[in-house]
Formats: sequence, C-alpha cells, structure tokens
Amino acid sequence: MGRYFVKRVLGTIPLLLVISFLIFMFIHLIPGDPVRNMAGREATTEELENLRESMGFNKPLYQQYFSYLNDLVHGDLGISYKTKLPVSEMMIGRLKPTLKLTFFATLWSTIVGIAIGVLSAVNRGKLIDYLGMLIAISGISIPGFWLGLVMIQIFSVKLGWVPTGGLDTWRSYILPSITLGCGIMAILARFSRSSMLDSLGEDYVRTARAKGQRERLVILRHAFRNSLVQVVTVIGLQIGGLLAGSVLIETVFTIPGLGRLLVDSLAFRDYKVVQALLLFFSFEYILINLIVDLLYGVLNPRIRLK
Amino acid sequence: MNENNLLKVENLRTEFKISRKKSVAAISDVTFEIDKGEIVGLVGESGCGKSVTSLSIIRLLNDTSGEITHGSVWFKGNNLLKLSDEEMRHIRGKEIAMIFQEPMTSLNPVLRIDNQLIEAIQLHTEYTKQEARKHALETLRSVGIPDPERVSRCYPHQLSGGMSQRVMIAMAMSCYPDLLIADEPTTALDVTIQAQILDLMQGIRNTRGTSILLITHDLGIVAETCSRVYVMYAGRIIEEAPVDILFSNPSHPYTQGLIASIPKLGLEAESLPFIPGSVPDITMMPGGCRFHPRCRYATEICSQKEPELISINESQKCRCWLKTSEYSIKTENGESRK
Repeated sequence: MGRYFVKRVLGTIPLLLVISFLIFMFIHLIPGDPVRNMAGREATTEELENLRESMGFNKPLYQQYFSYLNDLVHGDLGISYKTKLPVSEMMIGRLKPTLKLTFFATLWSTIVGIAIGVLSAVNRGKLIDYLGMLIAISGISIPGFWLGLVMIQIFSVKLGWVPTGGLDTWRSYILPSITLGCGIMAILARFSRSSMLDSLGEDYVRTARAKGQRERLVILRHAFRNSLVQVVTVIGLQIGGLLAGSVLIETVFTIPGLGRLLVDSLAFRDYKVVQALLLFFSFEYILINLIVDLLYGVLNPRIRLK
Repeated sequence: MNENNLLKVENLRTEFKISRKKSVAAISDVTFEIDKGEIVGLVGESGCGKSVTSLSIIRLLNDTSGEITHGSVWFKGNNLLKLSDEEMRHIRGKEIAMIFQEPMTSLNPVLRIDNQLIEAIQLHTEYTKQEARKHALETLRSVGIPDPERVSRCYPHQLSGGMSQRVMIAMAMSCYPDLLIADEPTTALDVTIQAQILDLMQGIRNTRGTSILLITHDLGIVAETCSRVYVMYAGRIIEEAPVDILFSNPSHPYTQGLIASIPKLGLEAESLPFIPGSVPDITMMPGGCRFHPRCRYATEICSQKEPELISINESQKCRCWLKTSEYSIKTENGESRK
C-alpha cells in the first residue's frame, strides 16, 4: 500500500508538468496587460517598456515558461504584481477559510446526500422517494450564486440570523457551506439512490434475507456497503471541484479565501498568483482522486492492492 | 397429514403486479409436501415458477412485486403465511435455509467468508463471536472445505464457484435447519463439481436428516438424488411421482416429452425428440390446459377447461384430461399411437 501510494504521488509529477504548461499558455492568451495595470494610467510608453523588461515580459514565451518552471521546482511561486508580496504567503493566508468552507460543505452534503439516496432507494416509488428526488432535482437545477443571494436576503437581511458575509463568527460559514454543498448533495442523492437500488437487487442481499437477517441490517451491512464503492468515486470527483467551486461562493459571500483571490488576481492579470492558484487547484484535484483510489481498495476487496 | 410430514404447501398462488391494476399469477394451485429426511425434486423449464414457489415458501418475495394471494404453507404444523415478519425471520436461516443458483454472486463481495458465516450463526444462536467463529470453521470443514482457516479469511472473489457453493451450503447448514431449499444449486457449476455438490447434499441428508427441496431443470440430477418428484409447467404442478416411476412410466404428455428428450448413451438417433413450441409467456397463458398448444394428444376439452391434479394410481398424480375417467379411452389411443 505504501509503495503504491508513493508511486501514485510520483506519477502526478508529469501530469502537473503538463497542467502547468497549459495554465501558463492559457493565461498568456487572455487579453489584457499586467504591466499597464501595475504602472497605472499615467505611465509613459518608456516607463511601460522599462517595467516590461525588468519583469521579463519581453522575452519569448518559452523562456518565460522555463524560468517560471525553474522557480517552481525551487519552491518559489513568485511575487505578486499587485501586492508585491510572495504568492505563497498570500495563498497561505487565504487557505484556511477556503479549506474550512470546503470541509463543512463536503461534510453536510455527503451525509445528507447519501441519506436521501438510501432512504429514497429503500422506499422506492413511495412519497419519501419522490420527495428525496424533488430535493435532488432542485439542488442540481438551482445555481449556487442565486441560492446564495436568496438565502442572504432571507436569513441575513430579513431575519438577521446570520451575517451577510465575511468570516467573523462560525455562523458566517453556515450559508456559504449550504450553498456550496447543495449541488453535491443533490448529485450524491441521485447517485447513491441508483447505486443502492442496484445493490438491493443483488443476489447477496437475498442471501442475507434468507439468513434471517433484520431488514435494517440487510440494508446497511449488505446493500449499503456495496453501494458505497460507486458513491465514493462521485464524492472524489465532486470534492475536487468544490475547492475551485468556492470561487463563486466566496465572491457572493465576500469571504477572503482562495476563490476570491483567484477572481481578484485574474481581474488584475496578476499572472503569478493565477498560475499558482490554478496549479494548486489541479494538484488538490489529483490528490483527492488519489485518496479516493486508495479508499476504493479499503471498500472493495476485489481491487485491493497488493 | 402423516406425522413424518415436514412441509405441506396447499393451493399456493403467487401473483405479480404488471401494472397498477393488473396482476398475473406466476404460480397457482401449487400443492406438494415434503417428509422429514426426504429429498424432493421440483422440476421444470426456466420460467415455469419453480423459483417463485421456493421464494414464496420462505416469503422472500418482498423485493419483487410478487404477492402470495392464496393458499397455505404448513411447516411443522404452523402456517408460515400467517406468521408475522419477525416470526418468519426466525424461521429463515434457522429452520428453513436456502441456497441459490449463482454461488459467486450470492455471497457478499465486500465481506470476508468468516464474517458472513458468523453473521448467520449469531442470528439464531447465543454464541459469542469466538464460539461462532469456531462453529463456522467446523461447518466449513463439514462441507469438505480442505483448509477452513484460510478459506474463512478469503473474500468471495478469491474462491471458485464450487468452493463458493460449499460455503453457501455451510452457511445454510450452520444452524442445522430442518429444510434446505436448493434452487438450481449446481446449474452454474461444471459437471464434476456438480456431482460433488450433490454428493455433499445427500451426505447432509444422511447424517443430519435434513429434508431437501431440490429445484432444478436437470432430470439427470433428479434421477440421482431425489426420491419423489413434482413436475411444474407454466405455474402449475402437472405431475407428481416417485422418481423411478416418473422415469419408467411418465403419465403427463409434458413429462413424457421431457424424458424422451434426454439423450441416451449408445442409442443412435438422427435427432433428439423435442417438445414443439416454448413455455407460454406469463401474461398470455392459453386457456384450458396450459400445455395444450404444445401437446400432441390435445383434444377439444383441453383448450376449454383446465384439468385438476388427480391421482392416477396410488403413488402418481397427473394434471391431464387424458387421465380422467371421461377421456381415458383417448389416452389408450394416444399411447398406442406413440
């Protein structure tokens, strides 16, 4: 298991290289000039040229890429054009709110989503099933930013239960977490329902009943454990997207997290920050999928790794 | 009812909902009995209602749209259909155990063998986990598994089909049930393993006195293992006979056709005899005798009225107009034509 893990982690390096190249190229394809943003409106052409040269922007793109890569392997993410602070420092400061938000969103949406899915499957064709799937369809269909705004209007502005934004108390996390997790909850509900229906129809579930096992345990111990194998894949893919999905939510709720940082840096064409953030999101996505692969083995002995 | 009787199924009828208002009967008027220590065969083509019958007996139709609408299942003097779900749960696995056609998929793929056995044992005994594990190993050994310690730590996918079926039998026998229902237990296995599993089941009957209801489509298996046979066709029992009589003197035209279609060694023939047509669809059952469209002796009455299952001699019953007193003359003709 340990060796497999190391192998998989090392395997991410070429992947990250390709990703870093794509990110670099795409960013430089976006129209807009960071030098003009930095120098301000009044700067003369000469000043702009000087600045451009000092920042290395007049070099060919491939040279810029290699020097970026060189810095990267030395652990240097560069200096932000906007704040003149090291990018890594800026990211660390913003990491905590985003991670917290992602964690809470994942936590509630996984529990609620799977619970709805299992209940719907077990009560297939009954009221609970229809209700559960209504919630799921709503969760998928309603856009997060809209839900966020509506909830702010109701719970913050009208009722005053929670703050409209910022991160002053633990209450500040409630609305953003709900908004962020809504889509995943819905997808998980639908997915675990169908996965659960599959396993409920399996022969081993009939065997468990033929043993005289209690229906509750037939469902939990036999059907549910097997359905989890499929559900975990979806959880992995979704959480990977969550961190990046926080971009919208952090903007709506004015949370100083990585998502907000990305939006602000993009507007300023702060290449170094954008590159670092995108690379970070990609790495996180790969990492979570790696964890899911390992979890697979724990849940499903058929693919347990030697 | 004789005192040796263990299970008596009377006029059992199970219906399946095919739409909101419409149901069709998968089996009806199914009546049979099993004595203590007896191996009884239930034979028929696929789709004739054998499995529905067995699932109806232990009331495992709840994950289908099936419902028992008529009849009774007497087991040791209790009507199983009248028991509460909780009471029925104590019968399942303890008094009546069941093994299935696909041993590979009938074991839970994410649980180790020992855990699945211990679960079955602890459900119906007061054993601690340690005692249950010990008992599980003994049961595994008793079904001819050579290295129970190793096998018990395996996951189902690490076992062969024959091994899995042995494990299933071990699990079924772990609480010493009085009745074992084996639904096509050897169909998914290759021939040598089939023989081993059948030997094993006969051994269990001989040592424990367990009654076995053997459901199969394979007349060869019936000939080797069973003492009495019920033949099913399209949801009805159409013939009942001791095994030797069934093979030497089958009375129902369907049974005759089945037995005629068994290949015989050393007999050179151009082609095997067969029964024309196929089993009717459950939603489009022919009126009258359900076999009449395929029956070469069919007469007018056969398409109009369904015959009853009647005794034609002291040990044999048959559901055929040709065996009734009114129409019996035609039987003679029919047989002479054959």
